[in-house]
Amino acid sequence: MGDKYIISEIEKDHILSLLEQKKRIDGRTFDGFRDIKIETNVVEKAEGSAIVTIGDTKIIVGVKAVLGTPFPDTPESGVITTGAELSPIASPYFESGPPSEAAIELARVTDRTIRESHCVDLSKLCVVPEKHVWILFIDFYVLNHDGNLFDVAALGAMAALATTKIPKVKVLEDGSVEKSEEKEQIKIEHYPVAVTCYKIDKYNVYDPNFKEDRVSDSRITIGFDEEDRIVALQKGYQGTYKPAEIMEIVRESLNVSKALRKELMKSLS
Amino acid sequence: MAGDGTVKLIDEKGIRLDGRKADELRPVSIKIGVIKNANGSAEIRMGKNIIIAAVYGPRELHPKHRALADRALIQCFYRMSTFSVNDRKSPAPSRREKEISMVISNSLSSVVLTEKYPRTTIDVYLQVLQADGGTRTASLTAASVALADAGIPMKGLIASVAAGLINDQVVLDLFDIEDQKGSGDLPLGYCPVLDEISLLQLDGVFTVKQFEDSLNIAIKGAKDLYEIQRDALKQKYTDIRAEVEVPEKPKAEEPKVEPKVVPKPVLKVEKPKTEEPKPSEDDKREVE
Repeated sequence: MGDKYIISEIEKDHILSLLEQKKRIDGRTFDGFRDIKIETNVVEKAEGSAIVTIGDTKIIVGVKAVLGTPFPDTPESGVITTGAELSPIASPYFESGPPSEAAIELARVTDRTIRESHCVDLSKLCVVPEKHVWILFIDFYVLNHDGNLFDVAALGAMAALATTKIPKVKVLEDGSVEKSEEKEQIKIEHYPVAVTCYKIDKYNVYDPNFKEDRVSDSRITIGFDEEDRIVALQKGYQGTYKPAEIMEIVRESLNVSKALRKELMKSLS
Repeated sequence: MAGDGTVKLIDEKGIRLDGRKADELRPVSIKIGVIKNANGSAEIRMGKNIIIAAVYGPRELHPKHRALADRALIQCFYRMSTFSVNDRKSPAPSRREKEISMVISNSLSSVVLTEKYPRTTIDVYLQVLQADGGTRTASLTAASVALADAGIPMKGLIASVAAGLINDQVVLDLFDIEDQKGSGDLPLGYCPVLDEISLLQLDGVFTVKQFEDSLNIAIKGAKDLYEIQRDALKQKYTDIRAEVEVPEKPKAEEPKVEPKVVPKPVLKVEKPKTEEPKPSEDDKREVE
């Protein structure tokens, strides 16, 4: 997020003094989440889509499926690619222009959670090896930024992917591919979620709002699959952790991940 | 990770494809003062990785509005040379390079006493000449030595190395093939003096137990690497002393040499035995 937004010292002190009393500025517990709402199929023209809100943070995710050529070293695999935009619509501190470092990090960390969990079997996205595979573009736009973008983005990406329907295809005699009107749901093999733990001074909290996010010294985003395995991790910001602290956060975040997955599955049922 | 666990990367005796044991680092050498014009520089060779780090600054930041009122900004520029990998890398900066630059900069910012140089920038340029897996960690290792070489005050050096999973086994310091065919990678940036982790990333699939083991083995590896960093820095001063203490006999009234104005010597550290150079790719499977 750059250093454009400077939070006043008095506000930071207020947040800190509350944390010392085990309280947060909006009255939640350290691992308490704001209300989570997941809405799917919000954009008809997209192959899959979702809007996720946690508190006042809102992200829309759309999936577009395009037939393209595979990478030469993986001729029988489809491709998933992830992009993020922190559009100025979402916050006075976002600027238009090429993707910022923050947007790149958000996209790439979400991409790792999706990719490394193998939630979509890429070989099933292959139509003709070396020639035609499905490329799924998962793009998300932050619509309102009130903290905790990573968790919201991953929920949105999974909800959108899980509702993605791609056209059935026929391979013609000349080797070309014809799309039919009929669509089929892509199969989801795993349901990863991302959980981010933010460190403010020496306190670890989850689901920060914008101000808490802004005063954080560091954060750790961890992607967990439903078998409790770690599929992605990213330490962000400039703060540091003791080794033992990392393990504590991993175990605590694992518990949080189960609650988040419950919300995800509820929205998909 | 593209790895599906079908490629055998470690044998029954625990010996890896390049002959190392599970907790063994690749041969490392660090050379200081490799770029004359820079305020500080270092070259690291780790396995077949060759990376140069150069530090310029503290100096004025442009555009000025980006300057921080109370401290220096540390800007890192991690770049891969087009010829450093098997398939030519596009010269345009990729998203991957930008992210790596950012995490390296975050890590260094945690140890540099940036408040000593408000409103300035300290620029750290990292050029990968040859990539063999683990370039981000080797770059960070070299960068922290280059900062020390530039005389920039720091709380401690950062040593950086990855641990990972190959055939479900935890190993230290993945090289290219292990990185591609293995099932997990955990790059770590660690400051042994402070016992603090300032860079941590992961991709692949780890159980919590495997994660903990990987973290521990990486910390141990970083501590070993730290000794090599220190030796490289000490060697610089050993060389200065050698240069200063050789008296030129005929001149009796030789004024005392001020160590500060001695030109930076190029340190010779034994190069690791490199087999025939075979370029490799780093994290290529990541879609840009």
